[in-house]
Amino acid sequence: MFKIIHAQFLAPGIKRFVIEAPRIARKQKPGQFVILRIYEEGERIPVTIENSDPEKGTINIVVQAAGKTTTLLNSLETGDSILDVVGPLGKPSEIANYGTVVVVGGGVGTAMAYPTAAALKRAGNRVISIVGARNKELVILEPEMRGVSDAVMITTDDGSYADKGFVTDKLRQLIQNGTRIDLVVAVGPIVMMKAVSELTRRENIHTVVSLNPIMIDGTGMCGGCRVMIDGKSEFACVDGPEFDGHKVNFEVLVQRNAMYRTAEQLSMEEFKRSREADHACQATSPEMQGAQR
Amino acid sequence: MTTTAKKSLNPLSPKERIKVPRQLMPEQDACERAHTFTEVNLGYSAELAQQEALRCLECAKPTCTDNCPVGIDVKEFVQRIVIGDFLGAAAKIREANVLPAVTGRVCPQEDQCEGKCLLSKKVKPLGIGYLERFVADYEQRMGTQVVPKVEPTGKKVAIVGSGPSGLTVAGDLIQKGHKVRVFEALHEIGGVLVYGIPEFRLPKQIVREQIDYMRAMGVEFETDVVVGRTVTIDELIEEEGYDAVFIGTGAGLPQFMNIPGEHLNGVYSANEFLTRINLMKAYKFPAYDEPMLDLHGKDVAVIGGGNTALDAIRSALRLGARKAYVIYRRSDAEMPARAEEVHHAQQEGIDFQMLTAPVEFLSDGKGWLTAARCVRMELGEPDASGRRRPVPKEGSEFDLPLSVAVIAIGTSANPIVQSTTPGLDTNKRGYIQASEETQRTTRKGVFAGGDIVTGSATVILAMGAGRRAATSIHEYLTTGVW
Repeated sequence: MFKIIHAQFLAPGIKRFVIEAPRIARKQKPGQFVILRIYEEGERIPVTIENSDPEKGTINIVVQAAGKTTTLLNSLETGDSILDVVGPLGKPSEIANYGTVVVVGGGVGTAMAYPTAAALKRAGNRVISIVGARNKELVILEPEMRGVSDAVMITTDDGSYADKGFVTDKLRQLIQNGTRIDLVVAVGPIVMMKAVSELTRRENIHTVVSLNPIMIDGTGMCGGCRVMIDGKSEFACVDGPEFDGHKVNFEVLVQRNAMYRTAEQLSMEEFKRSREADHACQATSPEMQGAQR
Repeated sequence: MTTTAKKSLNPLSPKERIKVPRQLMPEQDACERAHTFTEVNLGYSAELAQQEALRCLECAKPTCTDNCPVGIDVKEFVQRIVIGDFLGAAAKIREANVLPAVTGRVCPQEDQCEGKCLLSKKVKPLGIGYLERFVADYEQRMGTQVVPKVEPTGKKVAIVGSGPSGLTVAGDLIQKGHKVRVFEALHEIGGVLVYGIPEFRLPKQIVREQIDYMRAMGVEFETDVVVGRTVTIDELIEEEGYDAVFIGTGAGLPQFMNIPGEHLNGVYSANEFLTRINLMKAYKFPAYDEPMLDLHGKDVAVIGGGNTALDAIRSALRLGARKAYVIYRRSDAEMPARAEEVHHAQQEGIDFQMLTAPVEFLSDGKGWLTAARCVRMELGEPDASGRRRPVPKEGSEFDLPLSVAVIAIGTSANPIVQSTTPGLDTNKRGYIQASEETQRTTRKGVFAGGDIVTGSATVILAMGAGRRAATSIHEYLTTGVW
């Protein structure tokens, strides 16, 4: 069992958990992730590590509610526990002094981009961060990103905060202004990473993206997370999750991530129904609460 | 301990013993079991077991024991069954084997103990596996497993991986008084016994009971630890004070065929397919959250001819598959799967497409599998494995309509431990180098065994390596000599 020391919403549907996991906290490096399982009948899902504190033995994870497991996870509070947390998994980001690095974080992907940006800054790079979100409320970790970047640009799809548009608009501007860019790191929705990679391919700027396929064990054993890189299968959990964005087949990633869509929808509907039943139950007979999960 | 001097407790003469027929294993009906995950073999009754035990010829030089990777004293435990001392028989097995209820179910006895049984020269061999299973289950039902008390040595051993080899090392070393802690990457203890072998061949409750027994003996388990990532071998030795480490991380990464269409939705590795079913209980979706593709009324094929392939396809059948094929590029004679499993699969209606290999997976244009394009093969000259090499027959291409294809053609070494442990040498295929007698690696105090040394093999061979490692670790811990 892994205890939640602190839980706090960063934005609607996006929650940060500080979890007691001393072994993982000691070893975590930027770019890595954990796999967790909330309860006995639960599935295993990969989740971003935003930060860790080796002294206190805690890790921070940031979770956006999408399906049943993430919704359930986001209903957990300080003091609750998570049954299994394993990691840190995946290869760490390759940190070096590249010169000028643009770090792009889209939505909840900003949580994974942040530790990489911080490490790149510490390694002596000039870090320009671009943070994108659908709207003002969903912009996360702005102060943190500002703390580790030489410049921060923010875009919202609807223009409710900062500049209206997409992260690629900002990246294009930087390129057009003649900014010398040695590396782009992009973490976020697949469409965003694909758009960034297409833009930088034309400019011949090395680009690293962090992929998020479906996983089970996270140790290379199952092969479920295979992605197409330069026409060949690689396993995101052991060979990644970071890959050369110019070599990634994003269509295959989108297609494979949709493999269980029907099941996921069914699972979510059942979950919602049981929650409603729970609420009805609690309203009528409080003694029944113990029987409900 | 030898028993040759003892008077036989068997009332039958050798001639009479040969006349007793081998007692059949009671099985669940093939039509019924093809739709459920309950165990196929039902196990001997005490009467059947005693009847079968009477057949043992009590050879002066028992070849069965010589051919057992863990060296079980077969003759002695079978004699105890003859006289009705089932718990005594179980205790005898436990001297050599910490997982008798598991091996009694999944060992390829026909290639080992039973393969060399003297009876098989004239009649069918003694049902050693069935007898082992009977006494292990009997002991479990009685709940009277004796937990041996031993003087602690003060030495600590870390075991990486809780599969058959790791559990064997743990069971042997705890009985020698060493402190033992097993680290497991997954959330459940048992390795391939829980993620790989399906319920109908090895009920998970059996595995849990065997592990509970090891807990009672004092073995500590820590799940959710990926050694190499969560903690390294060096940290276990230098910071956590372990005097020795055993690496039993298992078979590793699934291999693919590198043919077009392998990334399509509906194409699984056997490891993923079986892990979803066995470990994650995806067949109980939505009561369990992990999903898998609905196989009801679908055509499913497995590619490969080993036990894993059969486990996968028989699982698919139980999950409602309409047609369930085994596609294997060689012929029956070369199939590595156990004879009993092939027989069971045939009874259940699995369609074996022998001398056939897929060359491409075809899609509906939206990323979903619709068929496997296959070619028929014929056997040519023997290859490096000594088996005749399959050669494609010209013009034999055909398309087999499929919704799901499961690739079970083997695994390659998982690099996580090797790549994070300086000084630990590997062979050119990436497996850890370890002595065949002592399981010692090129790092002082570090031992390895099972599939991470040999490549994919069987549960019992991994357990054999575990036994050798345990002996060698004990020697190292008591003498300090590397």
